[in-house]
Amino acid sequence: MSVIEAGGLRRTYKTTTGVIRRRRLEVEAVKGISFSVERGELFGLLGPNGAGKTTTIKMLITLLLPTAGDARVLGLDVVADAREVRKRIGYVFGGDRGLYERLSALDNLRYFAELYGVSGRDQRTRIAEVLELVGLTGREQERVEGYSRGMRQRLHIARGILHDPEVVFLDEPTIGVDPVGARQLRGTIADLVAAGKTVLLTTHYMFEADALCDRIAVIAKGRIVGEGTPEELKAQVADGRVTEIEVYGVDEATVDRVRALDGVASVVVEERDQSQLLVVQTTADREVTAPVLALLEGLEVGRVASREPTLEDAYVALVGGE
Amino acid sequence: MKRLRLFVFAWLLHFKMLSQSAFDGFLAILWPLFFATVAFFMFRAGRGSAVLGPVALGAAVMGVWTATSVSASSALQRERRLGTLELLVASPTNLALVLLPITLATSTIGLYCIVATLLWARFLFGVHIPVAHPLTFGLGIVGIVVTIGSLGFLMAVAFVRSRRAWAIGAVTEYPVWLVCGFLVPISLLPNWVRPISWLLGPTWGMRAIRAGAYGGPHALLDIAACFGLAAAYVLLGVLVLGTVLDSARRRASLSLT
Repeated sequence: MSVIEAGGLRRTYKTTTGVIRRRRLEVEAVKGISFSVERGELFGLLGPNGAGKTTTIKMLITLLLPTAGDARVLGLDVVADAREVRKRIGYVFGGDRGLYERLSALDNLRYFAELYGVSGRDQRTRIAEVLELVGLTGREQERVEGYSRGMRQRLHIARGILHDPEVVFLDEPTIGVDPVGARQLRGTIADLVAAGKTVLLTTHYMFEADALCDRIAVIAKGRIVGEGTPEELKAQVADGRVTEIEVYGVDEATVDRVRALDGVASVVVEERDQSQLLVVQTTADREVTAPVLALLEGLEVGRVASREPTLEDAYVALVGGE
Repeated sequence: MKRLRLFVFAWLLHFKMLSQSAFDGFLAILWPLFFATVAFFMFRAGRGSAVLGPVALGAAVMGVWTATSVSASSALQRERRLGTLELLVASPTNLALVLLPITLATSTIGLYCIVATLLWARFLFGVHIPVAHPLTFGLGIVGIVVTIGSLGFLMAVAFVRSRRAWAIGAVTEYPVWLVCGFLVPISLLPNWVRPISWLLGPTWGMRAIRAGAYGGPHALLDIAACFGLAAAYVLLGVLVLGTVLDSARRRASLSLT
């Protein structure tokens, strides 16, 4: 039995626009996704902002009711057995929020230990253990408002695993954290998996998913567009090439013409200070540099380079096609 | 036992948080004294010094109600802003057991209002309150804090569903002063208002406190009604909380700030 199972999960949000003439809108954030996560696995949900990652995770942790489909965590239905699911999972999200700023880290942890039913006898040892795991031992008496973002994020993780859950959901845990702090956090996440936890991680950082995840589902516009190990995903574009062209003042119509070229799998435009970088991915053994440069005639073209595809290119190919 | 420990710990924790804000604390000190001063000047000019005792008691309870109605909504708004409301809902503990200590902590802060207003009345306006029946007086004060805290809990249930529900706290602040007879006797209000007064626990708590101070009939009944209504508010809140939470999970309103 899989630890996490999602089958045809859908979620629609209702919203309104306008002040005088109000219009009701329905936004479908998750459009029927299915996946499963096995025990002890670190599964990544990778996707751009607004892809539906957080909505998916919130349905799995019982904070949102699915519009359709079903999901089970440890064999328990996330709608019918919400309370039992909550006892067995931990939830950590990224960013500054989710902590009582005016209280010390110790008070924050004690409060959540009470909420998760950690007995008074076990609290002292358990809190010491999680503080040690996240590297905050000795700082627990300080108020959270004085913590750096990296320290807050580590405290979030300590809070999320305080009751020793079997499954941990991490929603973009390294967002906004400096490189050194993010590396420490990734170390902590790896320790969780080494300790036998099943982890579902959402992120839009490619290297993070590549370094940590056993398997990845790429999600875009509410749909899973690719799934497999990082190596399997890379293999999907391994026989292609990537051409990067620095150009000044390229317009959307020209980019669309490049996209329409035979052999072009995807085109991404990265904005630079005064120029744009066209990242053109091609299918197997197609050389498109010359036809692309022909389309860019009349524009100032800078550096042109060709390279092997990476996981990021696989991701762009999957997401860019949506 | 675990639930009791959680309840006491959560109450202490939220009380600590509320007490740590210098700005909130400053307002909490000034507000009730301002209300009391306005009330004393109005009543002294209109009806002389004889009514100032009951007015002082009413002004003291006004402070408790204001501290709770406004603070309960801002406490829940703060949970939304901090992103902790979702974490509280995501925990396996019944949310009622989480919300009640928060609102009781706000009404406990209101206890200060009673002490401060009565001292203000005594030393600035020379109002002497006799306290004929200390036990009734004490039970009345405990009852009013509990019933106002419970009413705050009922309001907090609405705050969980909708971020705009904070307006309930602001809208009910002044009408409750009037309808519960804090300053003006209920007998002066139109007949149709009286059933509303009877359904509000602070009405009975106010009567019990005045009976404790000056003597009066049916003080035990007033105290019983005060605590009984507090229990009813909690029961009603617990009963509707499940539906409210399902609605919030359906509308995705828990994370809205």
